[in-house]
Amino acid sequence: MFEKTGIATREMVMSKFPPVERINKGPVAVVECYQKIPCNPCQTACPVGAICIGDDINNIPRRDEEKCGGCGVCVAKCPGLAIMIVDGSKSADTVQFRIPYEFLPLPEAGETVVGLDRAGQPVCKARVLKVMNPPSFDRTPVVTLEVDRKYLYEFRNFRREAE
Amino acid sequence: MREVELLIIGSGPAGLCAAISAASSGAKVLILERSFRPGGQLVKQTHMFFGSESQYASHRGVDIAGILLKKLEEYGDRIELMLNCTAVGFYEDNVVTVLKDETKYFKIKAKSIICATGAYEKSLAFPNNDLPGIYGAGAVQTLMNVYGVRPGDRVLMVGAGNIGVIVSYQLLQAGIEVVAVLDAAPRIGAYLVHASKLARMGVPILSSHSVKEAIGTDCLEAAVVCEVDEKFRPIPGTETRYDVDVMCISVGLSPLNELLAMRGVEMKYVGQLSGQVPLRTENCETSIPGIFVAGDASGIEEASSAMAEGYLAGLCAAAKLGYVPADFEERRQEYRKQLEGLRSGPVGDRIRAGMKLSQL
Repeated sequence: MFEKTGIATREMVMSKFPPVERINKGPVAVVECYQKIPCNPCQTACPVGAICIGDDINNIPRRDEEKCGGCGVCVAKCPGLAIMIVDGSKSADTVQFRIPYEFLPLPEAGETVVGLDRAGQPVCKARVLKVMNPPSFDRTPVVTLEVDRKYLYEFRNFRREAE
Repeated sequence: MREVELLIIGSGPAGLCAAISAASSGAKVLILERSFRPGGQLVKQTHMFFGSESQYASHRGVDIAGILLKKLEEYGDRIELMLNCTAVGFYEDNVVTVLKDETKYFKIKAKSIICATGAYEKSLAFPNNDLPGIYGAGAVQTLMNVYGVRPGDRVLMVGAGNIGVIVSYQLLQAGIEVVAVLDAAPRIGAYLVHASKLARMGVPILSSHSVKEAIGTDCLEAAVVCEVDEKFRPIPGTETRYDVDVMCISVGLSPLNELLAMRGVEMKYVGQLSGQVPLRTENCETSIPGIFVAGDASGIEEASSAMAEGYLAGLCAAAKLGYVPADFEERRQEYRKQLEGLRSGPVGDRIRAGMKLSQL
């Protein structure tokens, strides 16, 4: 299925998430890289050595959930935009996501947007908390959003409401 | 007639890296570029590249062109770049004929030559495929990313390889609707992370689909697509019509290397490398000593491999001219190791098979 549509199955997605207990402790990277391709900037970017690819540049990255502090440097560095940060430590009802978003106009903090799943279908409302776009992100802005915990494994993208 | 030491034809990723590598060894280099600006296809690549740090991974292609041109400047006294110059002939005495500004012909005789001429886009046969509004993916990318021109409002992308999927994403970034991406193959050819980027924007990717016909009188108005079976035969009754004003054809590239064939280099059809390719040594040297090849002209791969191959070809071509740096063997092994790494995974299976078939 994935190889025909580009849409990962729920099992595939869940295999990349750390346990909920870890997510509830604080921010952590989810690296949705499922295919062996020659690429390793995530490993190079990580300041604490939490992402390992190893000697063969084709290996699938492994993220050490204990070492990873969810700093998010890898998010804007991944050429496949396959990394996001999840953080369940802020509230019992919601999760915060930090996702790469390369479209203009950028949303604004406080805005409510439509949360989309991995097939681009609307699944929930999401609230924009922060938009980061410093020069070091090299034109891959990273948006922090607050989403109902129910959509932890569904939410992956958003679109702005029509003006 | 002008005489030069090393002539490099093409200033894309392979040609630029070859020039930097050869000049750093001490060779004097002349680069011919047919466009009005150097960089080849890099200048329209607004996405981040894959690979490792050595191939500038995570930088955008257009910025990599800038990085390489800056490196080129370090060897300014040894590298000359001639723009608007198309190599149109390559003769047995190593004379290359050049068309400059589309008006003047002149000749260059070179001691050594690196052919880094890249690739051309394949086309697809279907009724009305010559209607205005039907473009190659490269043309759409040039319009959008080089000239800032919208190619249209609603696009059907034909081909789910890396180029088709990346150009679709760039169309969305430009605010243009992409109705679907289709591919006759049963599986997506692109890196799946690229495909997922499109999928989560709501663009359907239709595997095992092809174009049946284009509809329109003066320009494209609609496209009819259908499912195909495992032998790529249309399945009757599966037709769907998409009202679009742009169809973008991205069904692969073929190596552009007729100059080498003209010179008499030993060529071979290698399907895994997407066409006729020159046989060559592990140092990128063809069957005629002193004539090298690098990048897509030697077989279709990613830009990351083109750069590593360019560095290797430049190093070895300079060495052949007598410029052998102290760390020659170390550098040669390093570039070969990079290439081996880039080609070692499952997506490199075809390339590795193709390399075996094209070794001298």
